[in-house]
Amino acid sequence: MGEHGAHVLRVAVGADDWRRGPDDAPVTLVEYGDFQCPHCGAAYRVLEELLAQFPGRVRLVYRHFPLMSSHPRALPAAIAAEAAGAQGRFWEMHHLLFENQHALGDDELVEYANRIGLDMERFRADFEGRLNESKIREQLRQGARSGVNGTPTIFVNGERYDGPRTVEALAQAVAAAG
Amino acid sequence: MSALPVGQKAPGFTLPGSPEEPLSLSDSRGKNVVLAFFPAAFSPVCGNELSLFQELKPDFEELNAVVVGISVDGPWAQKAFAKQLNLEMPVLSDFHPHGEVAQKYGVFRDDGVAERALFVIDAEGVIRYSYVSPITENPGADKVLEVLEGLQKGG
Repeated sequence: MGEHGAHVLRVAVGADDWRRGPDDAPVTLVEYGDFQCPHCGAAYRVLEELLAQFPGRVRLVYRHFPLMSSHPRALPAAIAAEAAGAQGRFWEMHHLLFENQHALGDDELVEYANRIGLDMERFRADFEGRLNESKIREQLRQGARSGVNGTPTIFVNGERYDGPRTVEALAQAVAAAG
Repeated sequence: MSALPVGQKAPGFTLPGSPEEPLSLSDSRGKNVVLAFFPAAFSPVCGNELSLFQELKPDFEELNAVVVGISVDGPWAQKAFAKQLNLEMPVLSDFHPHGEVAQKYGVFRDDGVAERALFVIDAEGVIRYSYVSPITENPGADKVLEVLEGLQKGG
């Protein structure tokens, strides 16, 4: 890479990040993702398996990186995930979105909210009010400054991971990182 | 062939593409220009690179910069490419004479396409950043933004 240099995470993981796994886990994976991106859908399955393989050793953080001009449903889906998060259910929505990437219309997003048992009145208000849209856009801006060049991009303990996104390769990276 | 280095005057050009009107480098005098050469329209990595720049349009505007994509594809391919990705930026066709502008910038490859290269040209037309990426690797926007931020601070 020479003059271009390594790519490191500019914004540290904080309290307002969506996190899974223990905060004192030796390895933190930060994923910049887009709910409409098929490669993110594939990475979702890989990361789920990785988490199962390393219980307690890996913390997963999800940040938004919606490529809105090519994925028109990425932003509404991200807002739906934020609205679910406001009710403590971010990850359930995250899973449903990645498992239903071809059905991300407004009605479907509302249906997923219903399926995971959200307070629907509150969800509708948050969704229609575009909850946390500025946070989502800011994550994209900051992500780009950290060297996110497409989705998904994964950082392992703050450093951009450019290897294959397979369970085996990522497991090696996790083992090497901590 | 090696890419024109920092400090050189950026060679001028006028090319057709998307949108309809041909674009000249000199049209952007007074603004910073990010010139993004890419090997071919419709390869998935390219799409990601220009899509990323599209998402960051407000950031580039804040930094008094415009992004211009350029490849050796014909003008019709550029229009279709820009439309498919909903790109608002100019995507220029360095098709005839083939690769002439890429050659001037030192980023024309033996296999007949442009390198995946990024140049930042300042408001006076001087190259302030020059980078050739591995051809399959999307170089991202971080370094370019950093250079533009430096220019804004009077670097």
